[in-house]
Amino acid sequence: MINLQEVIETNKMIEQENLDVRTITMGISLLDCADKDLTVTCEKIYTKITTLARDLVKTGEDISKEFGIPIVNKRISITPISLVGSACCRIPGDYVQIAKTLDRAAKEVGVNFLGGYSAIVSKGMTKSDELLIRSIPMALACTERICSSINVGSTKTGINMDAVRLMGDIIKQTAEETKDKDSLGCAKLVVLCNAPDDNPFMAGAFHGVSEADAIINVGVSGPGVVKYALEQMDANAQLSTLNSQLSTGLANFEVLCETIKRTAFKITRVGQLVAQEASHRLGVPFGIIDLSLAPTPAIGDSVADILKCIGVEQPGAPGTTAALALLNDQVKKGGVMASSYVGGLSGAFIPVSEDQGMIDAVEAGALTIEKLEAMTCVCSVGLDMIAIPGDTPATTIAGIIADESAIGMVNQKTTAVRIIPVVGKTVGDTVEFGGLLGYAPIMPVNQFSCQRFVDRGGRIPAPIHSFKN
Amino acid sequence: MTRAIITVVGKDTVGIIAKVCTYLADNQINILDISQTIVQEFFNMMMIVDLTKSVKAFDVLSDELTKIGVDTGVQVKCQLEDIFDKMHRI
Repeated sequence: MINLQEVIETNKMIEQENLDVRTITMGISLLDCADKDLTVTCEKIYTKITTLARDLVKTGEDISKEFGIPIVNKRISITPISLVGSACCRIPGDYVQIAKTLDRAAKEVGVNFLGGYSAIVSKGMTKSDELLIRSIPMALACTERICSSINVGSTKTGINMDAVRLMGDIIKQTAEETKDKDSLGCAKLVVLCNAPDDNPFMAGAFHGVSEADAIINVGVSGPGVVKYALEQMDANAQLSTLNSQLSTGLANFEVLCETIKRTAFKITRVGQLVAQEASHRLGVPFGIIDLSLAPTPAIGDSVADILKCIGVEQPGAPGTTAALALLNDQVKKGGVMASSYVGGLSGAFIPVSEDQGMIDAVEAGALTIEKLEAMTCVCSVGLDMIAIPGDTPATTIAGIIADESAIGMVNQKTTAVRIIPVVGKTVGDTVEFGGLLGYAPIMPVNQFSCQRFVDRGGRIPAPIHSFKN
Repeated sequence: MTRAIITVVGKDTVGIIAKVCTYLADNQINILDISQTIVQEFFNMMMIVDLTKSVKAFDVLSDELTKIGVDTGVQVKCQLEDIFDKMHRI
């Protein structure tokens, strides 16, 4: 039988250490909504989403109350819309009509984000894919809750450099279209390499074609819980120093890794419980748990703080990449056993604007885009929520996307770029996105040009180690 | 059997257990186990209860227990047992 200490420990995690379930995301296939008539397609999409997800928010709230665990977001991911709209969309404006329909459906069922305004163009772009991509700036400017993602490369296909180059322009245009809101549109637009089909986290969530008609995916969180466990670990090591002359007063790597693993197990078990309950109550199959440490701007809910506990003065200091690598690996090792199905991104997130510790590190001069790029080699996902000067050229943004995609392609992992060239702002300014998106200092970007590189056109071939057949 | 865990945390007050127990008895909720301890001068108590015969729905029970807590200056929470079982038992 459960004892009092265990109950106190769980409730302390929830009340003082920000343990929560970050999102219940319902994946919905819209493939059966495709029609050659735009109005009919929009009607079918609206009906399907509002029927399947009708009870999603209420169910999330019920589960939250009954188990006493906060469930922060209830969200929807859909089939990449370039597939659904290919028969009826002739101009970018047609896709914008679908975006508005999706926004209306999201508001009707009460979810805060709907992801899947997407195209998978890792090898080539269809006419429809290109129309969708060109509609993104307008679609994100005239909707509130829509998230867009474009997959421009994969280990199996290489990198579609035409799409990378185009996305440089699209990010700039999105920033321009939403300049009165500090270019907020770019915070809802992510460019991916090796995008997973079952990711529950925004902005990169979409419901891949390999998925069932509807599915429940859950993203757990809990950086605060890991940080507290590490603080306790070192406090205990300090105590043992008093009894031993040999001890350094710090827990060694074996103890450190075990502590993270144990904590990740406990966090993930809560996610598994919530996922099974939500799946059962909604009558929708359980897909996966995403084992990610997702920070929020709240104090004590920071991945950067964990890195500091592990031993770097500020994220960005030498040792940061190694610390992040071990953190990421131990979270997976602990989480995998706690859940029947694991998927999505599953790793530590290192967004800048959404993590107070990261913001502090940037402001202290410890963390640069180049170091963040190195960190993305060992964790999910990529350069995330980074504000850069509004006058950064589109070609430079394309170069940054190409670099991240190359890391993902060669290392067989997901990488992503979600950067915001904030119109009218430059290094030294700060930009406020509000809510979970937080705020960010504008970070400097390397001033040397990569125009000749990104203007070549075509695609980068798949790496040699992708040929496994 | 639907089991829940009720926790009471706060400064020790006369009659707090009595109030919670009376409320549970009035609603046909059987107490299976009670334990308590003092952590950093705070009174911590937990009850494992059986909700099978409860005359009220879970959300009503939860809200009313929270209110009893607010009225007596302590925090009272009611949670289904599964969350603790899942986290602490393989």
